Amino acid sequence: MRLIKSATRIDFMGKRQVALVFSAVLMLVAVGSLVARGLHLGIDFTGGTLIEVGYQADADIPAIRAVLEEDGFAGASVQQFGTARDVLIRLPQLSEEKNKKVSDEVFAQLSRAVDGAVELRRVEFVGPQVGEELTEDGALAVLVALMAILVYVALRFEWRFALGSVIALVHDVTLTVGVFALMQVQFDLPVLAAVLAVIGYSLNDTIVVYDRIRENFRKLRKGSPKEVINTSLNQTLSRTLVTSMTTVLVLLALFFLGGEIIHGFAFALLVGVIIGTYSSIYVASSAALMLGVSKADLMPVEKEGVIDDRP
Amino acid sequence: MNRFPLWKNILVAVVLASGLLYAIPNLFGQDPVIEISGTRGASVSQSLRADIAEALDAAGVQPKRIELEADRLRVRFTEPGQQLKAQDVIARNLPADFTHALTLSSDLPGWLSALGGKPMNLGLDLRGGIHVLIDVDMEAALQKSMELQVASMRTFLREEKLRYLTVKAEGTRVLARFREAGVRDRAMQVAAEEFRGLDFRKIDQDGDFFFLAEVGESEQADIRKQALAQNITTLRNRVNALGVAEPIIQQQGQRRIVVELPGVQDPGKVKDLLSATATLDYRLVAGDPAQALEAERTGRVPPGTRLYHERNGQPILLKRQLIVTGDQMISASSGVDQQSGTPAVFVNLDSKGARRMRNVTTENVGKPMAVVFKEKRTVGRDENGKEIKKWVEEVINVATIREPFGRRFQTTGLDSPGEAHQLAVLLKAGALAAPIDIVEERTIGPSLGQDNIDQGFRSVVVGLALVMVFMGIYYRGFGLVANLALAVNLVLIVAILSILQATLTLPGIAGIVLTVGMAVDANVLIFERIREELRVGSTPQASIHSGYAKAFSTIMDANITTLIAAIVLFAIGSGPVRGFAVTLTIGILTSMFTAIIGTRALVNLVYGGRRIRKLSI
Repeated sequence: MRLIKSATRIDFMGKRQVALVFSAVLMLVAVGSLVARGLHLGIDFTGGTLIEVGYQADADIPAIRAVLEEDGFAGASVQQFGTARDVLIRLPQLSEEKNKKVSDEVFAQLSRAVDGAVELRRVEFVGPQVGEELTEDGALAVLVALMAILVYVALRFEWRFALGSVIALVHDVTLTVGVFALMQVQFDLPVLAAVLAVIGYSLNDTIVVYDRIRENFRKLRKGSPKEVINTSLNQTLSRTLVTSMTTVLVLLALFFLGGEIIHGFAFALLVGVIIGTYSSIYVASSAALMLGVSKADLMPVEKEGVIDDRP
Repeated sequence: MNRFPLWKNILVAVVLASGLLYAIPNLFGQDPVIEISGTRGASVSQSLRADIAEALDAAGVQPKRIELEADRLRVRFTEPGQQLKAQDVIARNLPADFTHALTLSSDLPGWLSALGGKPMNLGLDLRGGIHVLIDVDMEAALQKSMELQVASMRTFLREEKLRYLTVKAEGTRVLARFREAGVRDRAMQVAAEEFRGLDFRKIDQDGDFFFLAEVGESEQADIRKQALAQNITTLRNRVNALGVAEPIIQQQGQRRIVVELPGVQDPGKVKDLLSATATLDYRLVAGDPAQALEAERTGRVPPGTRLYHERNGQPILLKRQLIVTGDQMISASSGVDQQSGTPAVFVNLDSKGARRMRNVTTENVGKPMAVVFKEKRTVGRDENGKEIKKWVEEVINVATIREPFGRRFQTTGLDSPGEAHQLAVLLKAGALAAPIDIVEERTIGPSLGQDNIDQGFRSVVVGLALVMVFMGIYYRGFGLVANLALAVNLVLIVAILSILQATLTLPGIAGIVLTVGMAVDANVLIFERIREELRVGSTPQASIHSGYAKAFSTIMDANITTLIAAIVLFAIGSGPVRGFAVTLTIGILTSMFTAIIGTRALVNLVYGGRRIRKLSI
């Protein structure tokens, strides 16, 4: 079976101006929502308390809210989680001393209100200090990963490729995070892990394309850089689509069956994989082209002092 | 063409076989188990095993098996109900020097355990339990140590007969004030000999003469390290007293301690116990009740005494001097006082404490002695709603010393057996070296853990099935080869996780699912190359050969860059992020093996070394 016909000749690079404008608009929207709306950060980063409880029958959310308000937890957000029986209660960062006890108190009150028919499923409490550290560590992880990749690609390929791949990665990460800001989907620790996985995935795609470009620069005697890149993109197109397809398949399984906790994670990856597929074709390659990558940059380095003694 | 040398085929077979072998333990079900282990040098034995078996038999609980291991006794049951029933029986019949804990353990056949086979370690989010991150107040530890320095400096100067005006702590410095420069100089000289860890300096100011003794950087680091180490020991003792199987208590960073307790379901109790600061002091009673009432009225106490209150609010004067404190106790257990029938705590002192107790009680037969219960307790809230914590000291017991005693004695006067038990646990566990603060808590209930396992498992299976169907349709024969490699890849990931005893978490499962999607990428690269080669007219054999050869460097580059991202995640990330990074890393490595070498072995087996006209691709 073939997804696309065997020898495509799509002029990807010819449309790079269109892609550039398209990406620029997306970036503007992403950065705009990040600035205007900000990320809806989970308690991993903001600090606070999260309590998940399970009822034997469908939960009466207004009643739960009333119980909590009565007992001085007015700032609590109460919502259904997954099923109608599960309820997620989020409490903002309280005073330092109160924080530690809050989950016990809330659970005790809920138990009293419904005569023990409630089960504690999960408690997460993150202190303000820890939240700050996680935010810093997360940002640091993204930066270090980008730097390490930049160095590796520069060594293995060439600096224009390294820069091109990092531009593509920054593009992907910004857009993925931008979608979270735009839709106000909660951004927690698993989502951060997913963003880092997006870096890995998108890079994977980009490297495969670059690898082919390098090979073709060395192999093809004629053709402008633009033509060589176009040929390479066409040759790898089928692989790019097939791999994205299989990854999207498992991510859909994870998104629909993995449960509520993994939801955000799967969503971030789905968004990231789609953006990453687009960027490996349009962003990474056009970046390398615009940076002026040429045949001469990629020829294998001749070893000096070796005399070719063949006739 | 396209034949593997024998050694490569053997390599693939060996990897596959050992992968299967070490993945198998995960298929066995988990039995509810009660683990019994000795404390303070007591060890499990055949006779203990016989006693337990007898007690269980008498209570009508039939264990599946009782296993005697080097350091523990495992009592296996077929269902959790029996385990709970047996817990009561065992708790009643177990000698004081043993602890028991409820846990789960898989029932592996002997040969499998002999080969080192173990199931994967499930993270707290999969099995339920409590994760607590504790911050140790290092400033307080330092301050406490400074107070000790000041006290010993005073004692030293007094013993040397060097008259000082004041000795006090200022930050990390001990400041001693003298009236005469000569005395100061001499004091500084001898003190510098005695206190080698400190840096001494002279200061003359406003007609007074000072010396400053500064605690150096390395000394401070030592103090911090010790405070952390002692807190870890104390926390470990407290956790052990709780009876939790496989607890994790370890240092994280410079001032944090992670405590992970699988299976524990009462976060309130755990947090109370971990951060409790209760201890007991023994002091002699001074004066009579009339004097105590007088002291309370006037607010003036006789020298060398302090005013305390009993639980009923009655004032009582006690001598300032301590007989023994909580940290001189080596063991404590709760029970019932034989004479009065009230709850009691039985205490064992260390040799230093015992000597002192014997001296004091010998000199004071017939006089009353008081037990002071010290606990840090919330006493109210300030204007910001912040709780105010204070040391609450109350006299829980006053008893007449009937005869001298030393090492062993009992304390009565507690409210309930529960309180006696709690106090015994705290005494046994010792005091914390520095105050602690819980900065992160994650509790997962058992039902959620099971849900997470089920959902994780289901998404792996469905994801795998979707990919396999797609690959089978898209690449036909070669697709099936890739599918086999994918299945083997999963087995290898499970086997490596089991061998490393790495902890599998929900994000870890997500990592596995993602690897499934990405693992086929290597095969897609290879197969697309083979198709390309066929298209330009190469023979099937040549196409297979150059397809694998040409895709190789691409696969390496692509996987190494992903590996870099995974390793950075592992190094910098924490908790859930790490679990994801671990399985992603393992998945990348195993997928390179199965996708490049594994599929090649199979393809060579099918097509290698003969004439073929068409490939099923």
